[in-house]
Amino acid sequence: MDNRLLSVKNLSVDFHTSHGTVHAVRDVSWHLDRGETLAILGESGSGKSVSASAILNLIDMPPGEITQGEILFEGRDVLTMSSEDRRNLNGHRIAMIFQDPLSHLNPVYTVGFQIAETMTAHGVDKAEARSRTISLMQRVGIPEPDTKVDAYPHQFSGGQRQRIMIAMALALKPDILIADEPTTALDVTVQAQILALLKELQQETGMGLLLITHDLGVVAEVADRVVVMNAGQIVETGTAAEVYHRPTHPYTKKLIAAIPGDGAMAEPLDSATKPILDITGLTKHYGSFVALDAANLTVLPGESVAIVGESGSGKSTLAKTVLRLEEATSGSALFEGRDLVSMNDKELFNLRRDIQMVFQDPTQSLNPRMSIFDIITEAFVIHPEILDKAQWKTRVCALLEQVGLKADHMYRYPHQFSGGQRQRIAIARALALEPKLIVCDEAVSALDVSIQAQVLSLLTGLQDELGLSYLFIAHDLPLVRDFAHRVIVMQAGKIVEQGPVAQIFDAPQQEYTRNLIAASLSPNPDIQAERRAAARQLHGVDA
Amino acid sequence: MLWADKFAFVSVIFLLLILFCAVFGPMLLEDVATKQNLRGRNAPPFDFSKNWVYWLGGDALGRPLLARIVVASQNTIFVAAGAVFFSLAIGTALGLIAGYTTRTWSQVIMRLADIIMSFPSLLLAVIVLFMLESSVFNLVVVLAITRIPVYLRTARAETLEVRERMFVQAARVMGASTKRIIFRHILPVVFPTLITIATLDFAFVMLAESSLSFLGIGIQPPEITWGLMVAQGRPYLTTAWWLSFWPGLVIILTTLSLNLVSHWMRTALDPAQRWRLENVRKKNG
Amino acid sequence: MDASEESRNQFREIHGLNDPLFVQFLSYMADLVRLDFGDSIRRSEPAIDVVLRGFAWTLQLAVITMSLVVVFAIILGSLAAFHVGGVFDRLATFFSLIGSSAPDFWIAIVAIVIFSVNLGWFPTSGTGTVWHWVMPISVLFIRPFGLILQIVRGSMITALGSAYVKTARAKGVGNRPIIFVHALRNALLPVITVIGDQAAALLNGAVVIESIFGFPGIGKLMINSILQRDFTVVMAAIMVTALAIFLMNLVIDILYSILDPESGIDPWHRLTFRLPTFPPHPIPWFRPCGCSGPINSPLSR
Repeated sequence: MDNRLLSVKNLSVDFHTSHGTVHAVRDVSWHLDRGETLAILGESGSGKSVSASAILNLIDMPPGEITQGEILFEGRDVLTMSSEDRRNLNGHRIAMIFQDPLSHLNPVYTVGFQIAETMTAHGVDKAEARSRTISLMQRVGIPEPDTKVDAYPHQFSGGQRQRIMIAMALALKPDILIADEPTTALDVTVQAQILALLKELQQETGMGLLLITHDLGVVAEVADRVVVMNAGQIVETGTAAEVYHRPTHPYTKKLIAAIPGDGAMAEPLDSATKPILDITGLTKHYGSFVALDAANLTVLPGESVAIVGESGSGKSTLAKTVLRLEEATSGSALFEGRDLVSMNDKELFNLRRDIQMVFQDPTQSLNPRMSIFDIITEAFVIHPEILDKAQWKTRVCALLEQVGLKADHMYRYPHQFSGGQRQRIAIARALALEPKLIVCDEAVSALDVSIQAQVLSLLTGLQDELGLSYLFIAHDLPLVRDFAHRVIVMQAGKIVEQGPVAQIFDAPQQEYTRNLIAASLSPNPDIQAERRAAARQLHGVDA
Repeated sequence: MLWADKFAFVSVIFLLLILFCAVFGPMLLEDVATKQNLRGRNAPPFDFSKNWVYWLGGDALGRPLLARIVVASQNTIFVAAGAVFFSLAIGTALGLIAGYTTRTWSQVIMRLADIIMSFPSLLLAVIVLFMLESSVFNLVVVLAITRIPVYLRTARAETLEVRERMFVQAARVMGASTKRIIFRHILPVVFPTLITIATLDFAFVMLAESSLSFLGIGIQPPEITWGLMVAQGRPYLTTAWWLSFWPGLVIILTTLSLNLVSHWMRTALDPAQRWRLENVRKKNG
Repeated sequence: MDASEESRNQFREIHGLNDPLFVQFLSYMADLVRLDFGDSIRRSEPAIDVVLRGFAWTLQLAVITMSLVVVFAIILGSLAAFHVGGVFDRLATFFSLIGSSAPDFWIAIVAIVIFSVNLGWFPTSGTGTVWHWVMPISVLFIRPFGLILQIVRGSMITALGSAYVKTARAKGVGNRPIIFVHALRNALLPVITVIGDQAAALLNGAVVIESIFGFPGIGKLMINSILQRDFTVVMAAIMVTALAIFLMNLVIDILYSILDPESGIDPWHRLTFRLPTFPPHPIPWFRPCGCSGPINSPLSR
């Protein structure tokens, strides 16, 4: 017997699918004490959230099956408890918050009802539950809780929804809070606030925090200990600092090496060259809403210009306007001296060869009903002057090899590839038109860290080889630091700062840029600890 | 793949059999089915000593029921197939236009659909068929018109959704024409859904035709359909239940098969759907 | 038997058939606005009275049938969805599939043979006692029940697999509130539309069933009037049912916006300031067809 708060011992979970049995986790053991934060770190498909789901009885059985192991909560094995006893633990002693709070909140009930439900489900009476709900909402930082208690989830912002989820989970002061990717879909500044809130609440209640994440930065910021998972197994455990500084397993080493934000920054290109794209006063209104406000920027041949900003900053609108997927309200964008904003259909058709786009989600940007050959050769069908039909096949082979795929992949369909491979296909499709400028809209943000690094190095390689220019739209600052020559920071439709990458990261001029850089988390726990100490000192001075 | 779903498999076999009857039945059994036989009047079913066409019994004029059901399949299936084909073709075309073009056209088409929808299809058919004469052709036209909105709405709703997908945006960035986007990117994605609905609708149209024929305003004798056979057997219900029972049972089995096949198609024939399912699984994994 | 010249003239005079066509048309349109369709040619009383009498019968029939359908389909469909693939689910799906596939006129006559003729439990046709209602209601019940049950089931399976149900489980909410509070209210949104459609079909008069059971509703009236060429009654009947369907769509519309806070429309605002669109709102793709079913068939497993 041990007297840990929670320990998982030799847990194995299988999923029986029509394609055979998947061993989601194999022989996994870890433990969590009061007041401590344990992070389970893993990429998609590593099985990192399976053991947490097993604790709360959230695995559907079938298709899931727990083949061995035990989960001891205060020394009792929850797997042998009755389902009624397990239900009484959920929300009361062990609570959970999820990624994507919008879909995890019931859209047809008020948030007040949903927070109070945690309490009423465990016997608190309605009136008391409601008054406690309001104070909880106040505690997690929802403004005007008295009125907001009767609002519906869609009436809140992403960060507020996660705060509401936290209020819901902590209503009965549970001993354990499980947080499954709690900040993944959020902007960096909001992420920092949510993590700070979680830490604060942990100190108040002394709960054990189990954090499931793919982000080493989050681990460095909040975790005491970390468990690294790969393909259903634990490959490494240790304190956050140990694992970061002295990884032993090859997988962990590879993972840490792939983290962006450490490499040398690119030198700026010679600004005397004539720009390939010259945008002046570009503006886009949607009704009275100004999505893009008088943007000025240039892109040089062979240059990577990154546009960073949080959601709603207008960076995607800028990309769409340049591609003429949206019509600009005013302003001009000269591509090789010709204004693409005022082009007619025929000129625009010719321009399509020169400017291409790579989209965020490669799952959605490839037509599921077309083979890879059809997807790539669509460029030649639309622009027949590029290539004679007899040479299509050789060209497709060459393109696929250029982006690191095999020639015989051309007869397969998109769903037969992994996310990273699909993004390579999307790049090959863009290259088929032999463009001069490629707009990458969050092109790697849907990919795992290790895949991100591979796709980025592919893009850099292609730039050296073909002299491409990139307009690279991203929210992830460390990624941009390694990739871009120049960085443009946007906020609320406006460009707040632009300059060479070294200047933006080492000597940012604007407050907003500084906040953005400070909010993005370093994977090094020591650096994060320093930053926290600095922030505390700042607070101390203020107070 | 079909083999994995036993019910759908049996349904497909049954539907193929019905299709065979519809195409070749009248050719092979027309004479047998129309020949009156006074000794076989209201002959009970399951008399295996008789010729096999009498195994389901005989009707009021002694005509073999089994043969008549086989022959009647042609009209029944032809009317339903014709109506479904025309409503599918017209509805899809209008739906794509309404979904992809400007608001004005879209509005005009949708209001037209609303008007058709607000009329009860069965009553509309009753009125029109009573005004015009009831022929196979008129029946097909009336049923087709009442079913157009089904495909129109679906095609439009799906088009509105698909046109915002990233692969359509990607095609636009490559400079693809509207025609190419509609026929190469949108239609192939929308079509499986429409075919699935058409399968279900085939059953619906069959039932509608049967009801009309049952009321005596659909197909007129000496032509026969299953619905008409049920109506013709009605006066003999108490003495010879099998006259109405068998054709009704064939209608049920056919519509049931169509339902089951449609269910199977909805998941199996749609790679996009499968892809979505795979993604869900991966995320959970 | 021919009518005398005198009585013919009298008839033409009373019904205004001697006026120029254009005048006849104008006065007819003016009367329509006042819901005055003129007299029934067959029966010497206002067509609207005949129609309203029939409509009252149909309305009762439709309301009783739909209430039963909605209650049973929602409860049984939800339970089937809760244990997908279980014995209950298979039975419910199997019978609802058969129900939604069966031609109602055939079920009606088979039911008459079995329950009226052979067993003698219920009268074959007409109205008068409670027993007269049993068979028409039961037969009318079957198809909408089968359809709606399958849609409830499919929609509930989606809802029960959703993220917010996972949250509710993690909160420790019990099974019953999860099904009937969390999942059901979301699952009802697509179901409401189909219920509206089916109710409209019943309001239009269950033509065939009313004829078979000799039920004096609007469907039977309409068929008879068409066959007798009593077009004042046909016109009145069409106008009355169209109005009824219009009002019902309005109710469905309001119900929908009450159930779906995200639609962002204040339900009562709609009643006063905007006419409803004529089917109320964007529709899940399975809606308008006669037969439909759940996303995946448990029969296939």
